Amino acid sequence: MNAAKKSTPGGGIFPLDKPDLLVAYRTMRRIREFEERLHGEFAKGDIPGFVHLYAGEEAAGTGIMMHLKDNDRIASTHRGHGHCIAKGVDTKGMMAEIYGKATGLCKGKGGSMHIADLSKGMMGANGILGAGAPLACGAALAAKFRGDGGVAISFVGDGASNQGTFLESLNLAAIWNLPAIFVVENNGYAESTSRDYAVAVDSYVDRAAGFGLPGVTVDGLDFFAVYEAAGEIIKRAREGGGPALLECKMVRMYGHFEGDQQTYRAPGELDDIRDNKDCIKMFSERVIEAGVVSRAELEAIDREMTAEIDAALAFAKSSPSPTLADLSTDVYVAY
Amino acid sequence: MTDNRIVPIIMPKWGLSMKEGKVTGWLLEDGTQIKVGDPILEIETDKIAGSLEAGDAGVLRRRVGTPDTVYPVKALLGVIADPSVPDAEIDAFVASYVTPPADEGDDDEGSKTEIAQTPAGALRYAKRGDGAETVILIHGFGGDLDNWLFNIDALGEAATVYALDLPGHGQSTKTLDNPSLTTMTSALSGFMDTLGIASAHLVGHSMGGAIAMQLAASNPAKVKSMTLICSAGLGPDIGSYVDDYVAAQGRKDLKPALEQLFADKSLVSRQLVDDVLKYKRLDGVEAALKGLSQALFGGRKQHDAPASNLGAKMPPALVIWGKDDQVIPVAHAANLPGAKLHVIENAGHMVFMEKASEVNNLIKAHIAAA
Amino acid sequence: MARKISMRQAINEALEQEMTRDASVFIMGEDIAGGAGGNGDQDAWGGPMGVTKGLIGKFPGRVLDTPLSESAFIGAAVGAAACGMRPVAELMFLDFMGVCFDQIFNQAAKFKYMFGGHAQTPVVIRGMVGAGFRAAAQHSQMLTPLFTHIPGLKVICPSNAYDAKGLLIQSIRDNDPVIFCEHKNLYGIEADVPVESYTIPFGEANVLRDGKHCTIVSYGLTVGRSMEAAETLAKTGVECEVIDLRTLSPLDWDTVMDSVENTGRLVCVDEANPRCSIASDISARVAQDCFKALKGPIQMVTAPHSPVPFSPVLEDLYVPSAQQIAAAVKKTMAN
Repeated sequence: MNAAKKSTPGGGIFPLDKPDLLVAYRTMRRIREFEERLHGEFAKGDIPGFVHLYAGEEAAGTGIMMHLKDNDRIASTHRGHGHCIAKGVDTKGMMAEIYGKATGLCKGKGGSMHIADLSKGMMGANGILGAGAPLACGAALAAKFRGDGGVAISFVGDGASNQGTFLESLNLAAIWNLPAIFVVENNGYAESTSRDYAVAVDSYVDRAAGFGLPGVTVDGLDFFAVYEAAGEIIKRAREGGGPALLECKMVRMYGHFEGDQQTYRAPGELDDIRDNKDCIKMFSERVIEAGVVSRAELEAIDREMTAEIDAALAFAKSSPSPTLADLSTDVYVAY
Repeated sequence: MTDNRIVPIIMPKWGLSMKEGKVTGWLLEDGTQIKVGDPILEIETDKIAGSLEAGDAGVLRRRVGTPDTVYPVKALLGVIADPSVPDAEIDAFVASYVTPPADEGDDDEGSKTEIAQTPAGALRYAKRGDGAETVILIHGFGGDLDNWLFNIDALGEAATVYALDLPGHGQSTKTLDNPSLTTMTSALSGFMDTLGIASAHLVGHSMGGAIAMQLAASNPAKVKSMTLICSAGLGPDIGSYVDDYVAAQGRKDLKPALEQLFADKSLVSRQLVDDVLKYKRLDGVEAALKGLSQALFGGRKQHDAPASNLGAKMPPALVIWGKDDQVIPVAHAANLPGAKLHVIENAGHMVFMEKASEVNNLIKAHIAAA
Repeated sequence: MARKISMRQAINEALEQEMTRDASVFIMGEDIAGGAGGNGDQDAWGGPMGVTKGLIGKFPGRVLDTPLSESAFIGAAVGAAACGMRPVAELMFLDFMGVCFDQIFNQAAKFKYMFGGHAQTPVVIRGMVGAGFRAAAQHSQMLTPLFTHIPGLKVICPSNAYDAKGLLIQSIRDNDPVIFCEHKNLYGIEADVPVESYTIPFGEANVLRDGKHCTIVSYGLTVGRSMEAAETLAKTGVECEVIDLRTLSPLDWDTVMDSVENTGRLVCVDEANPRCSIASDISARVAQDCFKALKGPIQMVTAPHSPVPFSPVLEDLYVPSAQQIAAAVKKTMAN
């Protein structure tokens, strides 16, 4: 798929007009800035628990989420920060949550792996791999009952694509013709284990076909490819055309979790990712080269995002911790 | 039983579903002179505990029922007879007594209730007897037609008796728009119209008394007489019962509320509490009760004074009160000039249950005289 | 108006009345209509025990036969609940929980807490529990302690048709996830049940019988056996207070404690295996909080620490009997 060849209603060479291109860039930069800052802060020992960074995968989450509204639901993964941000979740609340503070989105009770904001349609990052797929089926079923045109997106990594929950969900969504979309974020590694070792088929399109679903594989580093493929699939689901699978081939810029020494990677692999497979850099070069957006405009956004994440960090660090009184609240609506 | 000098004391049928009862103890010795209304022995059913009161006068000649023993309805529990009747005749009577079998047809008849489709919605009612005079029994706030279990059959001996579930109550509709005394009175009036009852003797308990007065004031032709038992509408005061009853969410808080109704708290059985709780948990009941209690008794004051509207339209009226009434003060009994008044000792708000025979006889006499 | 109906009918009526009252209620499960996609009667089974018979005719589109795919459809129920629906999912035999437990205990039970109180999951998972059906080890378990252990779940186990209807309606209206345990050997037992809808609040035990000598606490099928034991003992002058817990989470500790304060003796009857059971839970709490009131050792009457056997002879020995319960009362009375 070559997005550059496509003409848009505005007459440009990209499938989005300039304001939307800037929105896309802003979202990707916000994710990158958020994740890189966490990487640095984690190394200082200030952040409790597990943190799984989405850096390097921004084009996929952003390209998909730009088609969604608040009444569209997503079920995310353990690597959920990027999905949250792309779905419009507030970075201050997220950062405070990752620091375990009372001002966090989940009052410090969820942490990095359980950030959710249902008002934005973000049904939660999930510490259980593959668990989001059935939940997305449920969200899609609810949308179908309501007839509101909403869709639900389930994200899994290449690792969790082997979970029974995921495979059962493909079947359920197919037989009920649910407006559900299954996105496989294939970054080549299930934690430390290579995808090629753990997944029996080469193409997820084949796996989808086994369940009677259409499947598409795209270069997940190419924002425009993801944007266009996701747009078609989502539109089809909204119109009652049923579920589909979208594989985004991508790379992870950091380890499975922060602190991962990544010795399972080949020598030079990480350097290659940073130098040649940075999806944001690829996006920038494309839009600047085309003369649609200037470097200065993007740099202004960079500064803006740096300031935003500075503020989020300061907010998180200065926020109060939850107290004993919070320990056993929010277990039930009423008990 | 052709010999009317010998009168059997039998296991009564208290309530529609009663099949048997347990004698828990005798209150009188053999040879005691009994007058009508005297408590003779104590009986417990799964619904309620109570004392069996004498329906006839005479001497207690023989106690047949053994304490802590269960007997079917109509079983012989004792014998009342004149002292002149020889012991041998009593022996022969006891020996030859056969408990009438529970006749299924009769049983169904006895427990039957019907539904009337009235302008206020579906209202359940029971009907007993076929006498010339028509009597309507109107329960109080939170009650239902089963409250009259000790009265309906006795009154039905000489009259045609109806007992209804008011809207929001019992098994009648739970929809109660614009809850007010006027709404409840219209419901009663509509019930009478639906059943073709042009006029009747009204027997109202508590809120039911206020409804009776309101109907007498607004539509005097429909009311031949009134019997007002521990009636609302005769003064502003009211205890915490209504609030407590409405607020009660479980057995633990409902039981003390219901105990306010009786002078003898032991009458509040587990089954009674369970039955009221089951009613309260039906969809719509809570809203109906809250609306009605707020309209009639909000702020722990009675808001309506139907007695003041009666004036010259007042039908013959009998006021009966339990002296130990904790819900509406017995002092209100004196607030209806021109009415006959009976205050009964050792009885509370549910005086017509606690002293059923006495109340039944008062009502019968009142209706006969009206 | 009340009339005698079976627990099976009471459950069916509760579902029908709630589906009529609230358009967001729908039901799903394996064979709950039991004829989907075939050329015969679409309502062929109405559930393997006929509990949901007739509902698909009244609510087309809201009675969903599912594939044999417990993880997917239970997860879908959870997801739909998180998106504002009120699904009632039938898990047929709650023994199948092992296949889909993640969706219940890691997802449904934890959303509220993990998401800082900003979520509610009004899902009901209902299914059969208990032995006595000659169905052997994988279709007969009383797994109530497993569910009760999990914060965030509510666990209900009715002992009769009246309670089943009121508790199921409450479960559907409740805003927390509920595991509704139906003892298969109670389905045919009749009780007086009002025609109207009604609710029974959670956390309210039912005291079925007053007694001053010993408290018997139970739930489900063994409530009837406890009553039978109490009636037998009453003939010997021993008066037992029999408490039907009705809901295991929340549990009506006050009623249990108040009773033991009065009687000084406690027999806990539980069809579950003995370790970490409802019986041991209550025993421990009473020993801790009512120690001074106790006049004799607490007794537990439970299934043995073994799977449910197949042989009818063995299975009949497996479930606590009235004789065992009476013997336990006598044992604590002997002290």
